[in-house]
Amino acid sequence: MFKILKKEELSDLVILFEIEAKDIAKKARAGNFFVLKIHEQGERIPLTIADFDRDRGTITTVFQKMGKTTHHLGTLNEGDSILDMTGPLGIHSHIENFGKVVCVGGGVGIAPTFPIARALKEAGNAVISIIGARTKELIFWEDKMRAVSDELIIVTDDGSYGQKAVVTTPLDALLRENQDIKLVYAIGPAIMMKFVCVTTEKHNAKTIVSLNSIMVDATGMCGACRVEVGGETKFACVDGPEFDGRKVDFNLLMSRQRMYIEEERVAMERYKEKSGGN
Amino acid sequence: MEEKRAGKKPENRVKMREQEPLARAKNFMEVPYGYTPEEAKKEASRCLSCLKPSCRGGCPVSIDIPSFIKLIKEGRFIEAAWKIKEDNAMPAVCGRVCPQEIQCESLCILGKKGKPVAIGNLERFVADYERDNAGMEVPEKPKSTGRKVAVIGSGPGGLSCAADLIKSGHQVTLFEALHKAGGVLVYGIPEFRLPKVIVEKEVDYIRRLGVDVIVNALIGKLFTVDELLTEQGYDACFIATGAGLPVFLGIPGENLNGIYSANEFLTRANLMKAYLFPEYDTPIKRGRNVAVFGGGNVAMDAARVALRLGAEKVCLIYRRSEAEMPARKAEIHHAHEEGIEFMLLTNPLRFIDDGKGNISAVECIKMELGEPDASGRRKPVPVKGSEFRIEIDVAIPAIGTRPNPLLTRHVPGLLLNKRGYIVADYETGMTSKPGVFAGGDIITGSATVILAMGAGRRAAKAINDYFRWKYWDTAKLQGSG
Ligand SMILES: Cc1cc2nc3c(=O)[nH]c(=O)nc-3n(C[C@H](O)[C@H](O)[C@H](O)COP(=O)(O)OP(=O)(O)OC[C@H]3O[C@@H](n4cnc5c(N)ncnc54)[C@H](O)[C@@H]3O)c2cc1C
Ligand SMILES: Cc1cc2nc3c(=O)[nH]c(=O)nc-3n(C[C@H](O)[C@H](O)[C@H](O)COP(=O)(O)OP(=O)(O)OC[C@H]3O[C@@H](n4cnc5c(N)ncnc54)[C@H](O)[C@@H]3O)c2cc1C
Ligand code: SF4
Ligand code: FES
Repeated sequence: MFKILKKEELSDLVILFEIEAKDIAKKARAGNFFVLKIHEQGERIPLTIADFDRDRGTITTVFQKMGKTTHHLGTLNEGDSILDMTGPLGIHSHIENFGKVVCVGGGVGIAPTFPIARALKEAGNAVISIIGARTKELIFWEDKMRAVSDELIIVTDDGSYGQKAVVTTPLDALLRENQDIKLVYAIGPAIMMKFVCVTTEKHNAKTIVSLNSIMVDATGMCGACRVEVGGETKFACVDGPEFDGRKVDFNLLMSRQRMYIEEERVAMERYKEKSGGN
Repeated sequence: MEEKRAGKKPENRVKMREQEPLARAKNFMEVPYGYTPEEAKKEASRCLSCLKPSCRGGCPVSIDIPSFIKLIKEGRFIEAAWKIKEDNAMPAVCGRVCPQEIQCESLCILGKKGKPVAIGNLERFVADYERDNAGMEVPEKPKSTGRKVAVIGSGPGGLSCAADLIKSGHQVTLFEALHKAGGVLVYGIPEFRLPKVIVEKEVDYIRRLGVDVIVNALIGKLFTVDELLTEQGYDACFIATGAGLPVFLGIPGENLNGIYSANEFLTRANLMKAYLFPEYDTPIKRGRNVAVFGGGNVAMDAARVALRLGAEKVCLIYRRSEAEMPARKAEIHHAHEEGIEFMLLTNPLRFIDDGKGNISAVECIKMELGEPDASGRRKPVPVKGSEFRIEIDVAIPAIGTRPNPLLTRHVPGLLLNKRGYIVADYETGMTSKPGVFAGGDIITGSATVILAMGAGRRAAKAINDYFRWKYWDTAKLQGSG
């Protein structure tokens, strides 16, 4: 059992948990994720380790309420426990002093971008960060991101906060003006990562993305998470989740993410009925 | 007490009653019902109690078969179970899943004229009888040796090794990556062939013996083997992580929606209980027309699960002929009875999509048997121009597995062979790295439950010897890579 020590509602949809997990915290690095299963009947879902505190023996995760499991997770409170948690999973981010880098976090993807930006900053990089969301309400961790970035650009689709733009607009401008940008990190919805890669392709900038494919065991045993990178099939859970974004087949990723759309709807409706709304 | 003598005409084998094929193809309950005590005694009475019993030689762990059968004849069922447990810790499992027809039963003398004694059925009966009537008694705790052993992987190999080690008085921790212990017994083999309560009871028994079972512990990530042996103070470790990585067909279209590795399909169904969706949260595609590729136990299981999930038609596509299928004969027979269509001497060429990212058909080609290959089986070769299509909405390649490199690549000094399996001595499980033993599918490639259990037991014995003599012989390992 893994106890939730802290809960913070970052917006209506986005929730932060700090969870007691001593052994996982000890090994966690930027870019790792973990799998949780709330209760006996639950499914296994992957979430990124957005932060960790080795001294306190905790990991922090930030998740967006999407379907049944994340909604259920959102009803848990401080003091409640999660039945199963496995981690740290995936290959952690490769961090070195590249020079100048851009970190792009979209929506709930802001959270996993943070530890990477922090590690890049600590390694001596000049870090420019772009964070974006649909609307002001969904922007979080602005100060945390600012603290690890030399420059922070905020965008919202509706212009309610920062620039009215999608993340690729300032990214395109940055790449045009700064020929010395060595690396772009992008984490967010598949469609955002796809267009980030279209943009960086134009400028021939190296791009790393973190793929959120559907997973089951997340130990390399099932292949549910398969993605195509450079024409080759890879397992996102053990070969990734980070890949060279410009080689990723995003259309396949998005198609595979929709595989259970009907089942997800059934599960959500049933859950709403049982829990009486929300 | 001998009721039958050689030369007397053997009576027919007592059939085990089963659920009707049409009824069971719609549920996940166990197929055979098991023997009643009377049936068991009757079947046992067929045994000739051979003076030189050949059956025993066919058993990979040399169970004293005539002795346990004799105890059944005498109605001493619980003692019969104990007799088996001298050599095999999990008879309730093995009685259900061992390929008896190529092991003990293949050598039974009665098989020369009629049906061999149903050794597997009898093994299953006494194990179930003991569990239901005697509980599973925990022997007195042995004196502590002060030694600590880490067992990695909780499949049959790890479970049997842990059980033997704890009985020797060592402190034993069993690490399992998934949230449930049991390995293939819980994630792979379906409920209708091996009810999960049986595996749970076995794991529970090992816990009661004093083994510390830690789930959700992916070794290589959470702790490395070196950390276990140094910081954490383990004196030895036994790796039994299985051969869990799925192999795909490697043909175009294989990443379309609706195409599952057998591992994924079975893990969703068995471990995650997706057949109970939405009661359980994990979804699974319930195909109307399903194609399974392969001819082993895994393929049979996937096909029969697909059928139970409501498929109208399940095709088992295999590139050789039925005689070459490596699956247990009983399961091939069950699959036929339930209406699985066998499409033999057929190979898939490519998957075809519906324009929306889902699978809609598979293109296949007919094969014919050519010259014998390295395995001695005649090699199937394609028949030119025989391509054809089958419409399907779920496809399940079940053509084998490979070792998962997650753990092995993080163990410096551990010798692997070209295909990534750990190189270890057959008799002891000793690897190239002092203190590290290994056994089961991670050494042999996909094999059987009983072979993994045998390897676990031998390694437990070797670990005891190692503690006594501190002797490490890796000379034998050279060259096997
Ligand atoms: C490596 C990785 C890291 C992730 N990190 C985060 C994170 O930090 N914060 C966050 O909010 N989300 C993260 N996700 C996505 C998160 O796992 C899904 O949002 C979650 O599983 C949705 O479950 P649900 O039941 O609430 O929604 P559902 O209604 O089941 O599905 C909503 C969407 O989530 C996706 N999804 C469903 N089941 C799974 C599954 N088992 N595995 C992966 N995706 C699934 C589907 O594509 C679907 O479109 C991550 C995914 C991966 C692979
Ligand atoms: C569907 C199916 C049906 C089968 N049917 C039969 C049958 O009828 N009869 C028969 O005799 N055999 C059958 N087999 C084969 C048999 O199950 C295997 O040979 C046997 O289970 C191997 O045992 P093992 O202990 O080596 O490994 P496994 O049973 O594979 O167990 C390995 C365990 O180690 C865990 N693990 C892996 N990596 C790590 C890590 N890094 N850290 C911690 N834990 C880890 C895994 O999660 C798993 O639980 C079948 C196999 C399958 C897949
Ligand atoms: S070979 Fe057959 S008849 Fe002889 S002891 Fe074994 S089971 Fe009995
Ligand atoms: S989630 Fe099963 S292999 Fe990646």
